[in-house]
This record gives sequence, structure tokens and C-alpha cells, in this order.
Amino acid sequence: MTNFKIYVPRDSSAISLGAEKVFKAIKNEASNRGIKIEIIRNGSRGLFWLETMVEVETPQGRVAYGPVNPTDVSSMFDKEFYLGKKHPLSLGVTSEIKWLKNQERLTYARVGITDPVSLKDYETHDGFKGLRKALNLKPQKIVDEVTDSGLRGRGGAAFPTGIKWQTVLNAPSEKKYIVCNADEGDSGTFSDRMIMENDPFVLIEGMIIAGLAVGADQGYIYLRSEYPNAQAILNEAINIAQQNGFLGKNILNSKFSFNLEVTRAAGAYICGEETSLLESLEGKRGLVRYKPPLPAIEGLYGKPTAVNNVISLATIPIILDKGSKFYADFGMGRSKGTLPIQLAGNIKQTGLVEKAFGITLRELLYDFGGGSATGKKIKAVQVGGPLGAFLPEEQFDTPLDYEKFSEINAVVGHGGIVAFDETIDMSKLARYSFEFCAIESCGKCTPCRIGSTRGMEVIDKIKGGIDQEKNVAVLRDLGETMVHGSLCAMGGMTPFPVISALNFFPKDFGLETNET
Amino acid sequence: MLSDNKIEKIEQHVNLLKDKPGALLPLMHAIQDDIGYIPEESYEPISKALSLSVAEVHGFVTFYHHFRTKPSGKHILQICRAESCQSMGSENIESYCKEKLGIDYHETTEDQLITLEPVYCLGNCACSPAVMIDDEVIGRVTEDKIDDLIQEAKK
Repeated sequence: MTNFKIYVPRDSSAISLGAEKVFKAIKNEASNRGIKIEIIRNGSRGLFWLETMVEVETPQGRVAYGPVNPTDVSSMFDKEFYLGKKHPLSLGVTSEIKWLKNQERLTYARVGITDPVSLKDYETHDGFKGLRKALNLKPQKIVDEVTDSGLRGRGGAAFPTGIKWQTVLNAPSEKKYIVCNADEGDSGTFSDRMIMENDPFVLIEGMIIAGLAVGADQGYIYLRSEYPNAQAILNEAINIAQQNGFLGKNILNSKFSFNLEVTRAAGAYICGEETSLLESLEGKRGLVRYKPPLPAIEGLYGKPTAVNNVISLATIPIILDKGSKFYADFGMGRSKGTLPIQLAGNIKQTGLVEKAFGITLRELLYDFGGGSATGKKIKAVQVGGPLGAFLPEEQFDTPLDYEKFSEINAVVGHGGIVAFDETIDMSKLARYSFEFCAIESCGKCTPCRIGSTRGMEVIDKIKGGIDQEKNVAVLRDLGETMVHGSLCAMGGMTPFPVISALNFFPKDFGLETNET
Repeated sequence: MLSDNKIEKIEQHVNLLKDKPGALLPLMHAIQDDIGYIPEESYEPISKALSLSVAEVHGFVTFYHHFRTKPSGKHILQICRAESCQSMGSENIESYCKEKLGIDYHETTEDQLITLEPVYCLGNCACSPAVMIDDEVIGRVTEDKIDDLIQEAKK
């Protein structure tokens, strides 16, 4: 008799809800009952309100149970869940769950399905097909594919990836680098972490292709120190790739060589800014550099460097495998392809939704999210991390599209959406934006370093009822100064959440509407 | 004064990593992972080995929130203060922890058991509020879960 195949995720968020305990409980229960099972530690499907989600392989496909707690395991065995039989926690065939079925998973095609560190699983599910194609293409042709796909930097800046690569390709140099920005510090975002923990080979493959395209032989993944689990999984995957000829000298017997290394960051938010990141990688304080020169021309150690976000790089393999047109056919306007959107904060059904650009916030918050977790009215959402604007209900019909968001002074950023219910005090969040900027500013430019502290003081004055009209004017003026005078997005965007909170929720600042 | 044992450990890490490009970052991690913090006494030997000034080494260490120049408690409890966790009531968790442990952020309990630190996002925003004890992330934290954590740490 063959063993029953059971899947228990090893994703950090699943573990944070008890996946490890569920894994042990299933193992013990099976052994006590003398039932032969094989437990696969897959990635998470990204339905976090249902984690720990346990799956079982059946002739009808994989069926799911969730949310499973260790105390549910015994009753699941009583009902013979390992045969796919019904239990109060049954969710049916996993791929038929509406929440998953209504997504367009391209970058996330394998996430949750495979064992993250199984090379065999990866290759069975179309892994390394993009690289195999790229190895037969001229660098210019690879760059053209990426440019034609319309892929824009998913870290938040939305700069066309193909154009960045073209600049690095054109820069004459013996030595070039690929740097993966895995310093995912924005609150409400976890799509980079999920790729690294749940499908690390796709990032490795994307980086190898990037190296091939621009002529770089060394890659670094600059990974935030808050992600120890991702670090362990990445290192395991890199070792496996090396042992199997995908990294190192003469990749797949070609003339191309590429080495890859994970560098652990040290808890500075600013190091997610690309030039600060490069300083940090060089072993210095993460002070933002002046631009120009662009990192694509003078980057790491002064050499041409492609700095790309995890999701951008992890999307490269499918573009090379299926072609630029396939990818560009998703999306709207100049926002091509799909975006792994993260539903976070006060939302009932939180998780990872990969959709083509064009879906509205309302659809995301209510159709996927199911409204707030607390059952109260959603007062505002913050899209794109701590530097993104707060959007009130009347803007929930905005489609997710870089240009449409820009029109309302908002950003799509890294695709994180944090919802707040009506109990939130928006002036507190605005003050926190300044506080965060003061803590995380690199200190190089004055608007950011000083403006953040002055901003907190001005908000305190407004809330304290001191010269409100005058101080609102000061706050707006400070915002303008920071937007136009800061060296990078840290100081340059901190006013976005602050001023949007002030504009849409003046009452929270103790202001009458007409005073603003 | 540093013990001979610590000096020896620091020297080993320096020798192992000093020729690596961008050595300071992995070197400081190696030292802190090994002895729990980065003693200021290590600045001078490090600066000599890497041809830097002591001020540059000091500036590097103090720039990054992750690095400590004083020993921490046996366990480090990090509470996420970022927006997503705020939306799910992390402020209550913060004040509960501070009251329960009798310390503020960046402080260690008298019995040297727990050091409390703020953190700005653990990437567990779908399961807010979140905390991290040592390398373990815990989601949808409640006061009961904090009690369990502290109880567990005492064992």
C-alpha cells in the first residue's frame, strides 16, 4: 500500500499560526494509529485566515482542511481525512476554492503547490524552462523580451525593468552585478517573503537570467534580518542549485557562470532604497547616494549593477518561458501583467491575491477580503506601505493601475493593502508616519532628518488646539518641502500619508472641515 | 574588560571574513550571533584589520537597529509597531508587554530573561498583530499568547 500524501505548509505566517504544532500532531497521531503517511512541507497557498491549511492528495486532486489547530487532528483522523473524507473543517478541492480560482497566478504559479526546496517539484512544474530558453538567446534578445513584456519594478518605483537592464547591458565593464532587493520593509507586504520561502528557485532562476541578460557573473540577495526562515530556505535552495549545475561555473554546460549569495541586512528600513542598499552591501552605513550616477552605470563597488525587487526577478522566468506577449496580455494601460497583492491588517480574509492590473480596491477589500476582520466599517486603507497615501471609502473604486493611482496622489508601491476600521484615529497614524521617518531616516538630507521631527510637533500642536489654522498651513508647507527637497522617497513620500489623512479626515485632527 | 574567550572569538571571525568584499556587514552579524552583542572593545581590532577608522566602525554599528553594543537578555521579544499591526490593536499588546515585564523598549528584565524591542514589520501582516521571540514569529497575538510566551521563556 502506498503512503497517504499530506501537505502541511512551512511558510512563516502558517508557522506563526501553529503549522509546526499541527505537523507534529499529524505525525504522532498517524504513528499511534499505525497509518502510513508521507508529510510534505509545501508552501502556503496564501489564504491566511484558513492557515494552518492541511491538504491531502486524492484521485480528485488535492483537498483542503482549515483552519486546522493541533486539537482538531485527532477528529480528522477519526473521519479518515487522509482519504479525503468530509470533516467540519473540509474546504473541498483546493484548486476549486473561489478565492484561489479567481486569481491569475503567474509569478506565484507554484506557490503553495510544491515543496519549496524540491528541485524535482520545481522542474515538474515548469521550473528552469525560462532559463533553458534564455541560454540559447543573445543578451539583447533577453532584454527585448523583458522590455516587451511591460514588466515594471515591483518593489514600488515601477521603473520598466527592461530599460534598466538595457542600461546595464550597454554599460561597458568587465565586472557587473545583479542585486536582488529583498529588504521588504513596507508594512502590509509579504509577497517577497512568500516567494523566497515558498518558491526560492524561481528567484534564483530569475537572477541567473538577469546575469545572462546584462553580462553579470555575481548576484547578491540583500535580505532583511527579520526573515530568518527565508534566509534558511534560500540558502538551502542555492546549495541545491549549485550541486545540480544551475549555479557556479558553466551553468547547464554553457559558457555562462554565475554565483549567488545571500547577504543578511541589519534592520534599517532605508536600506530598501537602492543606493542605500548598495552602501550597506559594501559594508558601510546605509546613507542614500546622490543620483546620477544611476546604479545601472555605477552601482555596487562602482560597477554597473541591476538592482531589482524579488517579485520583478521572480517574474522573469515565466516571461522567458511563455513569451513577452503572454505576460503583456494581462493588465491595463501601461500597467502590464499581474501584481501579487497582499491583503493585510484589519481584513477578514487576509492573504495573497495575484491579479492582473485593473482590479479595484473595492473588489479586493470586499470580494476577496470579505470586509473588515472586526466586522466594523472600513474607514481607510493604506496602499503601498508606510509611504503610501491613505485612501477613504470614496476612492475604493480606483482600479489598481500605476497611472490611475498616481492621478489621485497615491501609489501602488509593492502592492500591500492595509485596512483600518472606523475605530482608528487617522491623526495618530499621520503622526506615526513622521515618527517612523524620524526613526528610519538615514540623516543625509535635512528635509527628511529634521522635517520628520518637526512634523510630529506640528501635529501635536494641531491636536492640542494651538493656532490650528497657522499650524495646518505649516504642516502643508513642511509637506511640500519634504516632497520636493528630500534626497529619496523616504522623506519625499512621508508627507503622502500625512497630508491624505489631513485632507480626508480633518475631524480626527480636531479640525472643522472648513478650516482645512 | 572582555574575557579572553570573547577576544579570541572576535579575532577568529575577523580573520575569517576580513578579505570578503563588504566584510563589515557579515562580520558584525557573525560576532553578534556568536557572543550576543558587539562589544565596543572590538572596534579597534576590527578597524585595524579592515583598514578603517574606529569612528567608521562605530558609525556602522550604530546605524543599524539590529546591532547591539550591550548584552541582551536570554530571549529577545520584538513587537511589531507597523501600520498593519496597529490596525489590529498592537498598541494594546505593546502596553501589555511593557506592564507585564516591567520594562520599556530597549530594556531587559532584571532577571536578564527578556529584552524588549520594537520592530517595524515582520512580514506577517496577514496575521496581525505579530511579535517575534528570538527567531520565532507569532501571529494574531493576544494577551494570553503573550502570557504563554513569557511562561515558556522562563522554562
